[in-house]
Amino acid sequence: MWYYEKKLQYPVRVSACNPRIAKYLMEQYGGADGELAAALRYLNQRYTIPDRVMGLLNDIGTEEFAHLEMIATMVYKLTKDATPDQLKEAGLGPHYVNHGKSLYFENAAGESFTVAHIQSKGDPIADLYEDIAAEEKARSTYQWIINVSDDPMLNDALGFLREREVVHSQRFREAVDLIKEEQGKKKVF
Amino acid sequence: MPTYRKWYYPYSSPFDPCPPLTRVPYETPVQLYLGFQPPGMKQFSPLQALSHGTLWPGLYTPYTDPYNPKKKEA
Ligand SMILES: [Fe+2]
Repeated sequence: MWYYEKKLQYPVRVSACNPRIAKYLMEQYGGADGELAAALRYLNQRYTIPDRVMGLLNDIGTEEFAHLEMIATMVYKLTKDATPDQLKEAGLGPHYVNHGKSLYFENAAGESFTVAHIQSKGDPIADLYEDIAAEEKARSTYQWIINVSDDPMLNDALGFLREREVVHSQRFREAVDLIKEEQGKKKVF
Repeated sequence: MPTYRKWYYPYSSPFDPCPPLTRVPYETPVQLYLGFQPPGMKQFSPLQALSHGTLWPGLYTPYTDPYNPKKKEA
């Protein structure tokens, strides 16, 4: 079970009214390499992973939901006061027609999230390597969004999220080290 | 200390339609080099850790827009 803390993992502040950035951010909301995909992937794989690293998938999967919430906050802040015309200009016309101002799990190109984006192979090495790749892909998505965003406050929070991907990738790499370790051999750091 | 950004230099033709970028950056952050994290690494203060997104300076690899170096580091 989970406990909910009524605050964001990192403060989200947005300085410019630029709904176009909301469209870009949706890649991390409902995209193949986004936070929803990450959370669902790890929390699902955790059942069939060696118990030494089960807790890691549990913890990281949980944190991804905190990231999803940050992205949701950014998208909401950037769209809640936009007029239909401004949304149209930002390329969010089709989104508005289908979903109004509500958030929806879709990528930056407007394609709906599908669970077919994520895999669970039941092979610990295959799954952990997918997880490492997922973290590196999310890291690059954040880089590309930072490159197209001129909002220093928003980029500050995106920088935080990118750093978390770095740490997650590091931990998944360590998880591989842990489960490939030969029994009874001395550990060398 | 490894470097966390590298470049490659793709071929550009005199007939390319756009002016060449000449060098193309790519990121190679710390997790590619650290290996299993050794015990006892130096730590940030709790407040610094919260704002950096990691407890360890050794895991902190911030990003800057390589096309726009004047933009503040993210
Ligand atoms: Fe992550």
